[in-house]
Amino acid sequence: MIALLTFPFRAVRFVVVSFLLAVGQIWANKTRSVLATLGIVIGIASVTAVIAALTGLKAKVLSDFESFGTNKMFIFPDMPSEGPKKDADWSVIRLSPGQFQGMLEHTPSVDSFTRMAENNTSMTHGEVTLDSASLKGIDPSWHEIEGRYVTQGRPFSVVDDYNARPVCLITEKTRDELRLPRNPVGESVYMLNRRFEIIGVVDPPRDLGGMFGGGGVASEVFVPFQTLWDATDPFMYVIANARSPEVADEARAEIRFFLRQSRDLSPDEPDTFGIEVLSAYLDQFNALAAGVTAVAGGIVSVSLLVGGIGIMNIMLVSVSERTREIGLRKAVGARPAAILLQFLVEAVTLCSLGGLLGILGGQGMTVLLQKIPNAQLDQAYIPVWAVVLSLAFSGTVGVTFGLFPAIKAARLNPIEALRHE
Amino acid sequence: MLIELKSITKIYKMGVERVHALDGVDINVDEGEYVAIMGSSGSGKSTLMNMLGCLDRPTSGSYLLAGQNTSRMGAAAQSRVRNERIGFVFQSFELMPRTPAWKNVALPMMYSRHGWAGMRRKAMAALDRVGLRDRASHKPNQLSGGQKQRVAIARALINEPSILLADEPTGNLDSKTSHEILALFDELHAQGHTVLMVTHEADVAAHARRVVRMRDGKVASDLPVEEDEVAELIPARSGALQPAGGTPGDMGGDA
Repeated sequence: MIALLTFPFRAVRFVVVSFLLAVGQIWANKTRSVLATLGIVIGIASVTAVIAALTGLKAKVLSDFESFGTNKMFIFPDMPSEGPKKDADWSVIRLSPGQFQGMLEHTPSVDSFTRMAENNTSMTHGEVTLDSASLKGIDPSWHEIEGRYVTQGRPFSVVDDYNARPVCLITEKTRDELRLPRNPVGESVYMLNRRFEIIGVVDPPRDLGGMFGGGGVASEVFVPFQTLWDATDPFMYVIANARSPEVADEARAEIRFFLRQSRDLSPDEPDTFGIEVLSAYLDQFNALAAGVTAVAGGIVSVSLLVGGIGIMNIMLVSVSERTREIGLRKAVGARPAAILLQFLVEAVTLCSLGGLLGILGGQGMTVLLQKIPNAQLDQAYIPVWAVVLSLAFSGTVGVTFGLFPAIKAARLNPIEALRHE
Repeated sequence: MLIELKSITKIYKMGVERVHALDGVDINVDEGEYVAIMGSSGSGKSTLMNMLGCLDRPTSGSYLLAGQNTSRMGAAAQSRVRNERIGFVFQSFELMPRTPAWKNVALPMMYSRHGWAGMRRKAMAALDRVGLRDRASHKPNQLSGGQKQRVAIARALINEPSILLADEPTGNLDSKTSHEILALFDELHAQGHTVLMVTHEADVAAHARRVVRMRDGKVASDLPVEEDEVAELIPARSGALQPAGGTPGDMGGDA
């Protein structure tokens, strides 16, 4: 009865002793053990490095998205593929400024929006001409939505927009390229066949890294939306900001409802516009990352299988080498279960050691990955769950592939084992 | 009665042939006896030894060890009997290499259900009984043959078994060392241990008090040593079996 009550305690103690024995065995056969675990080491090292790279990439993308604004939605015209407006004239499909009049009153989940018009232009100041500058027509709320504020001078006013006044905001880059004075406010530039007064300087665009084609930032010039609309008949789209990422879907539905009304779409007609939510791209990326992880996991499980066979092989060698020892242990009273446990613990220890070495190798590879220039992997790291999972996996491989040799050892007939040469 | 073997048979099937390794063996051994089991190879003495050591099960018959019928036990229960009741001494010592003497001695304690408390102390005490206390941390390759067998005997003693089962314990030793080991068995017997020893050497068997001779799986003779043909080889004895008072020139013993 007492023996029964103390059984769990004795079992744990036995595992500990088996572990120490296993460590002794592994230490006594260092080279062999390391070679046997190589399959597992390589498998775990590669999967942890892949996971580290994906984790780093994800962190990078996430921080990019956050600086870009996860609440952001883009509204653009979209030719329907069916319905009465199929193949309709562009003038019917395109967005027009009036369609957004009073939208915020009907879309409580939308914080703000800006109409956008884009074009390219050449600009001239004195002797200097800039051949191609990115020209954007914006609403004053654009500064808030993009997080790019006016650092010198003033933003556009409602009057600037209403009267389509020839005023513009420029970036420091544009200022320098046109060799304007450090404070260009009050100077004028020539573009779109007229003179524009510079009323302020805007923050440079956020660095979005390589994900969105960062690096070569264009020279930018901004004018009131109405000014550009009147002057060039440009492509128009709208950027809207939801109040929070959680209400992004509501905001989208509200905008859609509002736009269908303002664009006079009948109930059975498909949308003639599209609304893209940025967070959807994030979901896409997450799905992609999960896919890559799964593929890497599949490849790794093959290498773990091979590694496991290596472990089984070496354990079988170990069992046959130590047949006499097993016979002796049985003769002095080791139960079959004790022998089984001893060899199982040895296999698991061997595999866990391989897993540990693999994680170290993966860490080494991660450090190398971080140093690849322009690879966007400087945030790569092995997450804790990957470490835990790797060890659990290698332990499982140990149990799986150690079981057969351990059963073989446990079933040895002590008489024959002691007679074994 | 410590050991009761009742009409033990052991039949091995070799293809279609059936080999009677043991064929109706009846042996009783009392506590404190010193029995030599002799016989040529193929006589069944090794099978008998395995049977006595609970390493093998009889095909029929029963083996009562200290009143417990071990012949129908499962593997785990047999392991426990081996662990608690039997101390094995092998011809080739069977020490674990790269393992210090005291750890070799402590091995049976590892599988004991009585816990591991005082493992080192008990191992040291057992080594003390075989006169090797100062070699406790030596590894087998640092010990002589005789010392190895002493370590093995200490290992057999550590769980205080009911019987010491020695299989040709001097088979791998020179005659001088054999003498020392046999003297040690004499001493252990004198201290009250039950000793069963398988041997084919008459002068070794002459150390026992009783000689069982096996032939063709049967007991051919079972006589006190004085009546067996090895009688003339009986060495000078220490106190235990001599008339009270002992004789000069004791071999040490437990005086």
